[in-house]
Amino acid sequence: MELLQHYLSLATKSIFIENMILAYFLGMCSFLAVSKKIETSIGMGKAVVFVCGITVPLNWCINNFLLKEGALSWTGIKAMESVDLSFLHLIMFIATIAALVQLVEMIIEKFSASLYTSLGIFLPLITVNCSILGASLFMNERAYTFGESVVFGVSSGSGFALAIVSMAAIRFKLKYSNIPDGLKGLGITMILTGLISMAYLAFSGIQL
Amino acid sequence: MANKILSDPLIDNNPITKQVLGVCSALAVTVKLEMALVMAIALTFVLTFSNLTISLLRKYIPMNVRIIVQLVVIATLVILVDQVLQAYMYDVSKQLSVFVGLIITNCIVMGRADAFAMSNTPRDSILDGIGNGIGYGTILIIVSIVREILGTGQMYGYQLIPMSFYLENGGWYMNNGLMLLAPGAFIVLGLLIWAQRTYTGFVEE
Repeated sequence: MELLQHYLSLATKSIFIENMILAYFLGMCSFLAVSKKIETSIGMGKAVVFVCGITVPLNWCINNFLLKEGALSWTGIKAMESVDLSFLHLIMFIATIAALVQLVEMIIEKFSASLYTSLGIFLPLITVNCSILGASLFMNERAYTFGESVVFGVSSGSGFALAIVSMAAIRFKLKYSNIPDGLKGLGITMILTGLISMAYLAFSGIQL
Repeated sequence: MANKILSDPLIDNNPITKQVLGVCSALAVTVKLEMALVMAIALTFVLTFSNLTISLLRKYIPMNVRIIVQLVVIATLVILVDQVLQAYMYDVSKQLSVFVGLIITNCIVMGRADAFAMSNTPRDSILDGIGNGIGYGTILIIVSIVREILGTGQMYGYQLIPMSFYLENGGWYMNNGLMLLAPGAFIVLGLLIWAQRTYTGFVEE
């Protein structure tokens, strides 16, 4: 029961209080590029939840069984026990993400045509989405356990999805407003993101 | 031609305000001028050398695996920067936290490697790397100066607004704490984009 409560508060924290976009600015590029239409933003949101939920636990395994100091002691070889490969974590994480995205793309193309048409075009974009690599790096920096890393992966992806879909809805309304020329597009989107993020600051008062 | 490559990304074709690349880190590291400076130097270094390497290898990289090759080159350079920062500037490296590592997925580096270095000579690619790095750094420095002065009343750690102005010392002034938080970054950058686009006359459809 206590564990469940802990997971729930971690999920709330990573969706609302420490939202990937609105508090850490991660994944801004795809956030700005894909939030023009609601349908595409829902597709992108789903793809991020999916990939984040898989890569963060996978990178946890890689970090804890291969890279950390003493992580190789499961091999049973004496000389391996003091090996510290943690300086490689950046390149390993990004390689895992790139390889996994390719793999997922091939699998869903083969097994689910409908899922492929809704997620497919967004998957290549995700390799260079900062929020995916960022989630893995935060997992490493905050030293989560395996269970926590699963919860963190899924919920930080959901936070991204929530922000991108609400932004797309606002930009849809924005089409009918009269905006100064220089502010059109990127400028007004930035200011709006600032206002949404100000609203999200209200969550930071919650004690978990 | 060489001058054009170097100066074009500064204002007219700025990576952040015009090409919309690398916005994530531009917002995150601009709380203080010191962090912004370190980040700008780190990014310029990675960008210049990744452009050079990719440009030297451009005739040997097969088109369909080019993204992986670019990622490996960039990741190696970022690891170098990360290790140097941890060795010589540990405090700054702790403050920048994950954002040094995130240079790997910074769209500017990938974008310039793919769009410019894959089809140009090494010399032009170096110039393009330096130009875009400085263009990115300029925006970072402007945003961080505004945020640091309005948020803490300091610049590069030195108190700029006299202490006697503050409310608690019997004055009339108060720091705007919002500038240190996420919304401040978004709004300052939004206004900066407005100013830059009004100056160049660029209108997005």
